[in-house]
Amino acid sequence: MTDVTTTPSAPAGPEPLHRRLGVTDGELDVIREKLGRDPNHTELAMFSVMWSEHCSYKSSKPLLKTLPTRGSGMMAGIGDNAGVVRIGDGLAVAFKIESHNHPSAVEPYQGAATGVGGILRDIFTMGARPIAVLDALRFGDPTDPRTRHLVDGIVRGVGGYGNCVGVPTVGGELVFDPSYQGNPLVNVMAIGLLEERMLILAEAPGPGNYVVLFGSTTGRDGIGGASVLASATFQDDDPNKRPTVQVGDPFAEKLLIEASLELIDRRLVEGIQDLGAGGISCAASESADKAGTGILLDLDAIPRREPGMAPWEVMISESQERMLATCRPENYPAVREVCDRWGIPIALVGRVTTDGDIAIVEGGIDPDGEPNPSAKEIARVPARALTSDAIVHYRAATPPARRRQAPAPGIPLTAHDGLPERGMDPAAVLAALLGSPNLSSRRWVYEQYDACVQSNTVEWPGHGAAVLRVKGTRKALVATTDGNQTVSALDPHLGAQLSVAEATRNVSITGARPLGITNCLNYGNPERPEAFWQLQEAVRGMGEACRALGIPVTGGNVSLYNEYPGGAIAPTPEIGVVGLLDDISLLVRPPFTTVGDNVVLVGQSTPGMAGSAYAALAGISSEDAPPGIELDREAALQSFIREAIGRGLVASAQDVSGGGLAVAVAECCMWSGLGAKLRLGVLGSPAIELFGESPSRLVLSCRPRHAPAIDLLARQFGLHAETLGTVGGERLRIELTGQGATGAAEERGSGVADALDVSLADLRHTWDHGLARALGAEPGPAYAAEAAEAASPGETA
Amino acid sequence: MRIGVVTFPGSNSDIDALNALAVAGVEPVTLWHESPDLSGVSAVILPGGFAYGDYIRAGVIARFSPVMRGVKDFAAAGGLVLGICNGFQVLAESGLVPGALLRNRSLRFASKIVAIKPERLDSPFTRAANGAPIHIPIAHGEGCYYADEATLDGLEASGRVLFRYVREDGCPALDPDDPANPNGSLRGIAGVCNEAGNVAGLMPHPERMSEEILGSDEGMQLIRSLVESAKEWEAAGRPAPRTKAEARA
Repeated sequence: MTDVTTTPSAPAGPEPLHRRLGVTDGELDVIREKLGRDPNHTELAMFSVMWSEHCSYKSSKPLLKTLPTRGSGMMAGIGDNAGVVRIGDGLAVAFKIESHNHPSAVEPYQGAATGVGGILRDIFTMGARPIAVLDALRFGDPTDPRTRHLVDGIVRGVGGYGNCVGVPTVGGELVFDPSYQGNPLVNVMAIGLLEERMLILAEAPGPGNYVVLFGSTTGRDGIGGASVLASATFQDDDPNKRPTVQVGDPFAEKLLIEASLELIDRRLVEGIQDLGAGGISCAASESADKAGTGILLDLDAIPRREPGMAPWEVMISESQERMLATCRPENYPAVREVCDRWGIPIALVGRVTTDGDIAIVEGGIDPDGEPNPSAKEIARVPARALTSDAIVHYRAATPPARRRQAPAPGIPLTAHDGLPERGMDPAAVLAALLGSPNLSSRRWVYEQYDACVQSNTVEWPGHGAAVLRVKGTRKALVATTDGNQTVSALDPHLGAQLSVAEATRNVSITGARPLGITNCLNYGNPERPEAFWQLQEAVRGMGEACRALGIPVTGGNVSLYNEYPGGAIAPTPEIGVVGLLDDISLLVRPPFTTVGDNVVLVGQSTPGMAGSAYAALAGISSEDAPPGIELDREAALQSFIREAIGRGLVASAQDVSGGGLAVAVAECCMWSGLGAKLRLGVLGSPAIELFGESPSRLVLSCRPRHAPAIDLLARQFGLHAETLGTVGGERLRIELTGQGATGAAEERGSGVADALDVSLADLRHTWDHGLARALGAEPGPAYAAEAAEAASPGETA
Repeated sequence: MRIGVVTFPGSNSDIDALNALAVAGVEPVTLWHESPDLSGVSAVILPGGFAYGDYIRAGVIARFSPVMRGVKDFAAAGGLVLGICNGFQVLAESGLVPGALLRNRSLRFASKIVAIKPERLDSPFTRAANGAPIHIPIAHGEGCYYADEATLDGLEASGRVLFRYVREDGCPALDPDDPANPNGSLRGIAGVCNEAGNVAGLMPHPERMSEEILGSDEGMQLIRSLVESAKEWEAAGRPAPRTKAEARA
């Protein structure tokens, strides 16, 4: 089958309707086949949203099927609104990550806000109370005015929604990379907690049951959001697309959370589904298909916020904060009472049927659930055809003509004359890295997010993974997001493996056991074979990493068409992880804790600097490649640190990643206020040892008396542990020793290798101000004027 | 003893207030916004959040809710009312405490741990405090305390400034531009009380620093103050508030 979105030889005149709705000629033929006739306008609109990439996964489905999706304690997974995993004590955790990239590029505040709202609905739709949000954001050049506009609006949008709805934002990422210049990424992860008995699925069982719609009314906002915005290559910020962005109302969502959880708790509804992409069409067809039923909808009964809406507009509107539920007729009065009490409009809009169709009528339904004699059928489509039996495209995948190969792990370290470390001053490089937009403190962002509402936050944002206690138990949940786009741009398979490894490592170093991963795959146009190859390689790498680590994929989201006239984004596999710590008193964090502790590096560096923060700063030789990963070693490292923490041997543990060992240790120092004096053996190149980002490494500190036990345990796991020095003082000092310990001092003929010797105060100052400085976020003249105006007494005095 | 926490539609820190009261060993009671009946509680907390969405202006719709009629009567009868964050905004909009909460001077939502210091330890809301700076979180977009100069002078003269933001050394951050003053409040004011001294509001969240596991339990000094004062008020047979003349004396 050929995919033709536009045909150069197309005759002049208006585009046919299906193409304007994003349905290709080939897809229209399949629709005709499934219906046995031509679709009418409403039906075509329903197919266009449901067969969009966003709703149908039509390009990615064949790939996603290869992922490991089973794990112990899983109650719900891929195909459900969110993954749900048991955590004991009769409790379970629900979590999922989702993208809202294109809406945020068009209208940053509302795009990001509704991204938060959408993912929260996925959580409470499962019967879970949302307890945390993490936001992973990616932008272009931070000094560019448009980037600053996007950063400001998106950060305000995430905060504006999360703060109001009362769910703390406890972590996430903020990354700048030129490839996101025209296409920022907004990936939002939400976590919820539920009693196991609360679990409910998005289905519409029981023919004769009532179908009710509650929450906000239906309007023209967000028409075609899924099909037009999320599933097509991006053409600048076209003002004509503004109406496709949804508008969020966190106050309405807060009421919706409380009402929905009460309905589920009291068993008043049989199934419940939120209205997200694809609106009523999606919620109705998925609910019916999952239960093997059909739904008859009374179009006139759907509450509107504006007159004159065409049936197709009602069916695909993506107005926010709406829920579709199925209830037994005898429970309807109680359902109404709950919604009335929370001040939420509710309407009886249809019946569950046996025919497997989504049928829409105008003119009403009689008390027996049949259309009134005078009613007119507007549309009739098999639910399956819209969802489980939707079209699947087997896209062509072609690797780019020229790409780099990672050096195999374990190949001998050699001094690499191509690397620019000769002549470098390690202290200056460390300062530059710590103050860089990607590694400096994210404080400017997270201070705009309520991080502690609900009284669960143990670890605030800023110092590694987020930690939330589970009230009424000794347990804690540990959560993080990570995605490596720089290596993915060079090698999408390796980049995805590294992303899974880093995200899970960040959970394991607290002592917690990762329960599962959720993923947001941000890639380019799948109709381009090179972009589809990137996606295919990433899914392969992600699956391999999850299998090696014994962690299931519990859900996720695919965001394709992340392209704009300037090019495609770097492939970005965003990985969200939730881990369980059985006893919160064993929690270990990255900052050093005690003067005199040993500092131990576990794991060994491997060659390759490509894709590192150092490479972005200093450049690298053209033949260099990113460091590879041995997944078995990664699994051993994570098992080792969890075991060591469980035995009470570890005082602090920190992952070695962006900026390498030097940045990792600097963070342990800055975050604790304790210095360290270390000695680092350099075999090959100082740049690799200090700033290389080869995976499967961590820095821990421990009481000196525990050092032999740590060493022994590491050997049992087949790992190399090396004591680098001790915690103490107010400076970070790293001496370089060994045959590769060369540097500027040697160039000057001193014959002694350079040491890195810096005060913590200096490091902290650089790190603390880097981001705000890069964004120009210090108050300027215009800002001061606005502030003065806002602070004037006005009418509130 | 039972202490009530009002739930407006849009309240979200009611969870935290209920949790802190349970930690303090009293029975927390949820008070629904649609009823003026406070079901006999011994004190009331108006919690943080976004009551009625905070549309138009923070707290301005909530002042008209039925429960606020009950709260006003309760306060007039001498009952203790503590408004935290959005609860402070509701009290100010209702005229139960003086002043107004404007947008933060930064024009951004501010979420971080700040230091505040009680100005006096003989008030019902600070009696269990040790007098040292208390480190508790703020989480608000509209927390810049404002009142005209005469009102501010009057508040200070009558000892009704209960809390000020302070620097690490304990000195008050009086200047709105002081980095330790997180929202630009005039004279560094973080919390005030009414003339009779039985209704108080503050922007920071003492109820969120209620357990060591959450970072500290420093906020419990203020929650325990409320609990002790409410117990005393009950034990004394719910006495009426001091009159204006008594308060001035």
